[in-house]
Amino acid sequence: MKPFTGALGTLFARFAVLSLLAFGGANAVVPEMHRQAVEVSHWMTDADFAALFAIAQAAPGPNFMIATLVGFKAAGLAGALVATAAMCAPSCLLTYWIIKVWDRHREAHWRVAIAAGLAPLTVGLVGATAYLLIRAADRDLRLAGVTAVAGGVAYFTRLNPLWCLAAAAGLGLAGAFA
Amino acid sequence: MTAPDIAAPAPEPRELFRAFLIVGLSGFGGVLPFARRMLVEQRRWLGEADFNETLALCQSLPGPNIINMSIVVGSRFAGARGALAALIGLIGAPVAIVIVLGALYGRFGAVGRLPGAILGLGAAAAGLVTATVVKMAAPLLAAKPIHAVPVMALAFAGVGLLRLPLPWILLALGPVSIAAAWRMHP
Repeated sequence: MKPFTGALGTLFARFAVLSLLAFGGANAVVPEMHRQAVEVSHWMTDADFAALFAIAQAAPGPNFMIATLVGFKAAGLAGALVATAAMCAPSCLLTYWIIKVWDRHREAHWRVAIAAGLAPLTVGLVGATAYLLIRAADRDLRLAGVTAVAGGVAYFTRLNPLWCLAAAAGLGLAGAFA
Repeated sequence: MTAPDIAAPAPEPRELFRAFLIVGLSGFGGVLPFARRMLVEQRRWLGEADFNETLALCQSLPGPNIINMSIVVGSRFAGARGALAALIGLIGAPVAIVIVLGALYGRFGAVGRLPGAILGLGAAAAGLVTATVVKMAAPLLAAKPIHAVPVMALAFAGVGLLRLPLPWILLALGPVSIAAAWRMHP
């Protein structure tokens, strides 16, 4: 097997597993993606990961696309497509299959218990995502200030998050973090 | 677009594709509000209660909520072809755009003042995710379920601080947390 094919196979296998573990959405598996991409496989540095996450956030669309970019960085265009497909297919097939069972048990107790039981896990995992992103992105006090302001604006106002990203990128272009 | 007074007839795969394409392209930093507007207010494919219940289902399944929702809505109206049409409509254009952005980053990410812009983007993105976590945690803490705080803390510490593999954490904490929730809501 050629190394390139090997990388695609690895990407597919890892992201297919992540797809089925992503309770609460893609942000819950970002720490695991980071562990595999940076610490296990050395596809990229910590800073690269933070940059790709930021790009995925700034792009329109659902927020799983950090997977697309990790695949792209690891194995080019084919890697991006393989990672995207692997991130979507297993959870979509599961959803497609489960919706039929689910619709027959609208008020079932186990439905409520599963949802209520998974909620705190998801919050802890997304909390880990926030922690890892802060650790990678906030190299000095100016950048930490940007994180604090963006977080405050997102928490206390209904402003479209894109404005925070645009303002922070603008500050960077103006040389504020040089 | 004029909204009909009664629920719309079941859409064809082509209409599902088109509707989810627009949703995928309009949502920056969160597609859900746009999906709700399209499904409930504009196309009237789902009622309000339907939407909330479908969302709750999508949130209990793995995968991004909005992607699961495209599968659920697509398959309810037009079977497997409908699900595929809605999914491709939703993610096709955003994935193409993000690949182009990723390529531009690889090529020009180190040029001129762009590294500064990317540093700023990363710091702001970290802030946005932090705000999301606080918003998600607030209702859990307000409800004071005994299991919520230790489960949250252990998941955070195991994955964020100790960097343990995610499957271990889910297998260790998932059953305990679901069992606790089961006992809380008899």
